[in-house]
Amino acid sequence: MSEYIEHDINNVTVGLVEKESYTFAEPPNEITLESGARLGPVTIAYETCGQLNDDRSNVVLICHALSGDSHVAGYYSEDDPKPGWWDIMVGPGKGIDTDKYFVVCSNILGSCIGSTGPCTYNPKTVEPYGLDFPVVTIGDMVKCQKALLDHLGIKKILSVIGGSIGGMQVLEWCVSYPEMVVSAIPLATTTRHSTMAIAFNEVARQAIMADPNWNNGDYYSGSKPDLGLAVARMIGHITYLSDESMRIKFGRRLQDKSDFSFNFDADFQVESYLRYQGAKFVDRFDANSFLYITKASDYYDLEKQHGNGSAVEAFYKARAKFLVISFTSDWLYPTYQSRAMVHAIKKNGLDVSFCEIEADWGHDAFLLPSESLTAMVKGFLERVNDETRKEEDAL
Amino acid sequence: MMKPEKKKMRFDLQIIASWIEPGSKVLDLGCGEGELLYFLKEDKQIEGTGIERVESKVARCIEKGLPVIQGDINEEIMDYQDNTFDYVILSQTLQQVYEPSKLIQALLRIGKRGIVSFPNFSHWRVRLQLLVTGYAPITKQLPYEWFDTPNIRVITLKDFRKFSKEVGFKIIKEVAINTQNQAKSGKIIKFLPTLFATYGIFLIG
Repeated sequence: MSEYIEHDINNVTVGLVEKESYTFAEPPNEITLESGARLGPVTIAYETCGQLNDDRSNVVLICHALSGDSHVAGYYSEDDPKPGWWDIMVGPGKGIDTDKYFVVCSNILGSCIGSTGPCTYNPKTVEPYGLDFPVVTIGDMVKCQKALLDHLGIKKILSVIGGSIGGMQVLEWCVSYPEMVVSAIPLATTTRHSTMAIAFNEVARQAIMADPNWNNGDYYSGSKPDLGLAVARMIGHITYLSDESMRIKFGRRLQDKSDFSFNFDADFQVESYLRYQGAKFVDRFDANSFLYITKASDYYDLEKQHGNGSAVEAFYKARAKFLVISFTSDWLYPTYQSRAMVHAIKKNGLDVSFCEIEADWGHDAFLLPSESLTAMVKGFLERVNDETRKEEDAL
Repeated sequence: MMKPEKKKMRFDLQIIASWIEPGSKVLDLGCGEGELLYFLKEDKQIEGTGIERVESKVARCIEKGLPVIQGDINEEIMDYQDNTFDYVILSQTLQQVYEPSKLIQALLRIGKRGIVSFPNFSHWRVRLQLLVTGYAPITKQLPYEWFDTPNIRVITLKDFRKFSKEVGFKIIKEVAINTQNQAKSGKIIKFLPTLFATYGIFLIG
């Protein structure tokens, strides 16, 4: 996903938030990953906003995508220039209303923004893991989120919400811990990557691995593979946009010039934009994390993992009420994938809503302000909250 | 959230609502903005869901807290298991369906009862318009020209009864009403309904 951190136009904010962390799986009690490898200790960085209610029934878990982090909303300090990545959706009176819900967001396993990943220290060598870090899966990420919620004393999740790779985690939650998940909002996501999505990820990974500085993942004491990571990010950005959005945003316009330069500088605005996005990304993201997380997303296959190849069988275990959302111009996670998901959920007799939002902005649309998306998320959460209360009263 | 006004429902929907037992499971095919489902949920504590094609209407439903799927009713209906619902409603949509018998059969497969309503093409104004003007009739219930109408079928009350015998379903109850297109009020027509009713509503099984 791109970075579309926007200030709330009405200046409504959850206020100051703090990054916290939880460390578990200290040796010899390491966690066993899906690959069979053992990993420990594991640290998960997380943030919360809103108040946990007395019966701990108002928890909304937000799962971030490839390059996101635990900083979902609010500010770290009074003079913090920008809020969390989904500040337009999360806050008092917003789609995910922090006056009502207790929001938890954690940095995924394998990432580099506070949680254990390839750039953190391997206790055995006292060096960063690099490629000694085991390959992790979406299932492993969710397992760590579960450990965090156990630590926080949370047994039920009112709603688990996320887009893109975050949406995969949402689906994984629904089938791995069905008894905990009351409802789920998978946005712009899929039960498994299309061939094309895997292909783009592979090109991005190759860009990193072809950078001489990458040095088989062992670069933490020297120069980083910034050029490779920047190109990987540029490829990603193309897949997050759409033909339409690029035409509207840049067209064939030139950057600060009236004619071609007849060399290989960035002539077109789109070139300049991609170079800027790439260069900005390397300051805050680790190239190895990019490799691990994209691999985890390519490996993800809900049908294979949970349903012997059948999506219908995979959702058999799920108990959640679903709100599935896709966007018309999203060619990375196209609507047909969301529809297939909805059909499988429906065939299991589960409560499911689905809407395909008309949007020109490609995959990135899920992070951009949309009144319709906000209103649907809000209405859906209110309903599941009401229904849960009624069911509890009936007991 | 904006809670919709529930009392002012379209007259034909009021009749349909009156036929539904409290606490039932209901599917509304072509549910629009969820007016009927919302009323039934609030007043009869039904467990309802809907299918609607238009994005903005689907969004309104979900905002109101109704589970609704955006899609084509002919396709979406196929996913449900037999007898999933107590009632499946097809309100003012039959005249736009390409394969009515297939849809009705699917409807009665997944629902114990069906409720079907449509504009009555044998209303006297329709008959008179064609007789006097010689043009394809345009009424408040069927307000389109022949070339831009979504209503690809013209159905009369008698046609539907004949159709029930051919397809092989039972008409359990029927009511003929006279109401304007979006009107909140109307009346039940007992005298010569085939001439004086603008809509027919059928409970089938």
